[in-house]
Amino acid sequence: MATRHDTAAPPVKGGAAPGRPPVDAAAAEAAKKRARLSRRWQRDIRWSPYAFVSPFFLLFLAFGLFPLIYTGWASLHTVELTAPTDMEWVGLRNYTRIFDDEFFWNAARNTLTIGIISTVPQLLMAMGLAHILNYKLRGSTFYRVVMLAPYATSIAAASLVFVLLFGRDYGMINWALDLVGIDAIDWQNDKWYSQIAVSSIIIWRWTGYNALIYLAAMQAIPQDLYESAALDGASRWQQFIHVTLPSLRPTILFTVVVSTIGASQVFGEPLLFDANKGASGGSQHQFQTLGLYLYEQGWVNQHLGRASAIAWAMFLILIVIGIVNSVISRRLRASS
Amino acid sequence: MTTTLTKPPADAVPPPPPKRTRISKAARAGGQLHAGPVAYVILALFTIGSLFPLVWTAIAASRDNQRLAQNPPPFWFGANLFDKLEVAWTDANLGEAFLNTTIVAGISALTIVFLSTIAGFAFAKLRFKGRGALMLIVVGTMMVPPQLSIIPLYMMVAKLDWTDQLQAVILPSLVSAFGVFFMRQYLLQALPDEIIEAARVDGASSWRVVWHVVFPAARPAMAVLGMLMFVQTWNDFLWPFLVLTQNGSPTVQVAVAGLGRGYTPDQSLIMAGALLGTLPLLVVFAIFGKQIVGGIMQGAVKG
Repeated sequence: MATRHDTAAPPVKGGAAPGRPPVDAAAAEAAKKRARLSRRWQRDIRWSPYAFVSPFFLLFLAFGLFPLIYTGWASLHTVELTAPTDMEWVGLRNYTRIFDDEFFWNAARNTLTIGIISTVPQLLMAMGLAHILNYKLRGSTFYRVVMLAPYATSIAAASLVFVLLFGRDYGMINWALDLVGIDAIDWQNDKWYSQIAVSSIIIWRWTGYNALIYLAAMQAIPQDLYESAALDGASRWQQFIHVTLPSLRPTILFTVVVSTIGASQVFGEPLLFDANKGASGGSQHQFQTLGLYLYEQGWVNQHLGRASAIAWAMFLILIVIGIVNSVISRRLRASS
Repeated sequence: MTTTLTKPPADAVPPPPPKRTRISKAARAGGQLHAGPVAYVILALFTIGSLFPLVWTAIAASRDNQRLAQNPPPFWFGANLFDKLEVAWTDANLGEAFLNTTIVAGISALTIVFLSTIAGFAFAKLRFKGRGALMLIVVGTMMVPPQLSIIPLYMMVAKLDWTDQLQAVILPSLVSAFGVFFMRQYLLQALPDEIIEAARVDGASSWRVVWHVVFPAARPAMAVLGMLMFVQTWNDFLWPFLVLTQNGSPTVQVAVAGLGRGYTPDQSLIMAGALLGTLPLLVVFAIFGKQIVGGIMQGAVKG
């Protein structure tokens, strides 16, 4: 019954075995054996939990935490992409450089607006969709799987298709708008329309997924809440407002946090949506996000140090979001 | 507006009338209501919206560049689909890309499932010092997106000369706090303490408990987690895009993205590549859709 934890476990400090005092030689032998087994047993009980969780934490240290902290270190240096191991200390100069760069603030604003344009309609539609899916439906599994098909589609494939659908001259969407009398929209070069187009890729991929999460939470709401609300004469809309929404609060918060984090990292959609195939997010940087700006600084302009400073700025933004989130959720918990 | 949400005491309500009266109809609220025609119309719209870009990918792939530069855009399949698929397959190095992506997504999904199951078991069922704090760290790491770590990882890859080597993509993808969390939530409710205790009484070591008790009990959740992780790794874009090149050993996403980077791109070819890159996962979703939906919803309730 040897386990690999035996070798990994440090020696047990004295008195671990609760063996009874031996009476004669045979009993002593048996007791020793029992004590040995029992020591091993105790070691196993004590240390194997750590052995079970340690692979995750080792991987996290190596590929999560260490790189994150090292990014902060690299952000204080000049590092060129061509020689990423040569680092020259420059203090906070990378930060002053990016904070002086109008394109950093442009990218920050775009990340915020694309985040809002993509997240708010997405979650509202997901909520409505979940509400409908929560009815008794014919073929409910079919609808759920279909809603998830965009989630199975990669960012690369989805973005490339949407570039064509949003084409100015021959795109399907402008053609359909033309039918209802709307003139051709320049989805590439107009600032707001291009951001709407990029956001629509995100909305398309994630609405169904979020709908399923809301649906799961809706199904966990006890039925008698609705029954008593109905007995009190609440209409279906009132039931939704007074029963469904309050019960979904933690789930809504969860999806808002996850979507916010996702929105802060948007990269592939604007990269591949750009007709010029650059990293600038459109000819006027009109839909360049922070993720794309990081890539442009690091891999196009070859300044890994500056890119690190951008990464850390993004990290700080996420920490602020995290703090705001925990304050809000504490408030919510206190109020309910 | 004065709705009370608490259940009224039993004697305050008249005894429930027999079914199919008006009260019971009103009371069958929420999840019990049958969907009306409006609901079906909305669902139909969402279904079209979800599927149309995918179908149109195939339509565009079956046409040629001239046809895609005309109004109105094509609504039905042309004759070129298989030609275009073949050209895209060779041009984008898709054969190797599929092999690479299968290796990367397969190894990473299997490893994540294994490591997440044992860690999730420890967090759900074993008692040890620091369990709460460590679990908090796991949940906290779910909030830190891996993108913020790419620069040092890129330095590591450059130093080790791992560009275009699959381990450069596999290793960082193995960190999955979500997996640990997911397995813990599942095992908390799916694995009764008595079974573990019974195995302990029989003298089973922790490792034997994992092998003979935990793995069999966790199998459904392991399958779902494996599929979710496979999809996620398959579709991963930024990191593979940085360390793999289209002509070296790309993943499918890198190869497909590379198709669009020529000066006068052949749009229908790009669509053919996008279609090929998406098809395997769509097939997986069509077959295992029910299980994947169940898995996502199961993970959501506890989240």
